[in-house]
Amino acid sequence: MNVVYREQSWQFDKPVKVTTLLRRIDVLPESVLVVRNGQLVAEDQTLEPDDEVKIVDVISGG
Amino acid sequence: MRQCRQCAAPAAIHMRQHRLAFCAAHFPAWVVKQTSRTIRSHRMFGHSERVLVAVSGGKDSLALWDVLLELGYQADGLYIDLGIDAGDAYSATSRHKAAAFAAARPDTRLIIVDIAACYGETLAEVARRKRDIQRPCAICGLIKRHEMNRVTLEEGYPVLATGHNLDDEAATLLGNVLYWQSGYLRRQWPVLPADETGLARKVKPFHRFYERETAAYALIRGIDYIHAECPHAVGASSIAHKQTLNQMEHAKPGTKMQFYINFLRAKKEGLFVPFEDEQITLNTCAQCGQSTTAEARCTFCRLWEV
Ligand code: SF4
Ligand SMILES: [Zn+2]
Ligand SMILES: [Zn+2]
Repeated sequence: MNVVYREQSWQFDKPVKVTTLLRRIDVLPESVLVVRNGQLVAEDQTLEPDDEVKIVDVISGG
Repeated sequence: MRQCRQCAAPAAIHMRQHRLAFCAAHFPAWVVKQTSRTIRSHRMFGHSERVLVAVSGGKDSLALWDVLLELGYQADGLYIDLGIDAGDAYSATSRHKAAAFAAARPDTRLIIVDIAACYGETLAEVARRKRDIQRPCAICGLIKRHEMNRVTLEEGYPVLATGHNLDDEAATLLGNVLYWQSGYLRRQWPVLPADETGLARKVKPFHRFYERETAAYALIRGIDYIHAECPHAVGASSIAHKQTLNQMEHAKPGTKMQFYINFLRAKKEGLFVPFEDEQITLNTCAQCGQSTTAEARCTFCRLWEV
């Protein structure tokens, strides 16, 4: 599974829950949305090894 | 696995503070319905009134415009082009997003105010002349407030709607509380009525949604918005306040919502002297006619004096 967030990317080869993934890369679930293969997914769902995962920031400021 | 409240499909979004989850098919309708409720409960505007939406090209304002159109309001957009370009063409890109949104919806209209074309300088140029290049946000805010008010009145819109969400409002509140800004605390409210001094009615129909929810709405609806931040937002205290609030929210879901919504309730119950009762003398700007606390010309008009 390829995970993209901001300019970075990570590879995971085992199924992982969204909450676990976010904790591993040190991102608060409150400040992002997780998109799997183009679809938004809630935090309790499990991502599979062949998923394309994109993490989208939701905080804007100024 | 968490399921959609309506159809039991796997949830696309879970709102822990409401103990509520929806799939991608049912979430947009919930957002539309909640917005309609907020508009009615705060008497923001009626169906016979034309609404001007201040659009930045970001998720909140475009989502708001979309929701208002879904609800059948005559909603048009206003984009203010400040010519911000720190090598990233921020203004050009966001303006393009707003224009593309409008182009796909022929019943609506987008008004564009190009600040450099109207007043001769971009934000960066004014900021440089005023020696405020590091943080042009104060000047930017001044320009936006003035121009939004001007266009709303000149074009005959009874109301201006902005896309402020609960995170924006809670971050502002936190900043105001940290420094006990009593004037700002008195004025912070989702509806600011029009007044005889020439201020248009301003409303925030999204003030009950978390930022995640407006972003999710925009993503699910396929709204193409600008993801990049304004280059001047880097290091803004509002972002730091949002992060702090999100840490608290993470530890205890609903904290952010309680902080802001209970503030509104406390105000309603009389925690502050209402700002209407404040005694401030307002004059009319000799140049633009907008109300000002200054003697002759308002801060906006004086900005362009060389
Ligand atoms: S970050 Fe500052 S300069 Fe940029 S749009 Fe916001 S207020 Fe204006
Ligand atoms: Zn559903
Ligand atoms: Zn003026």
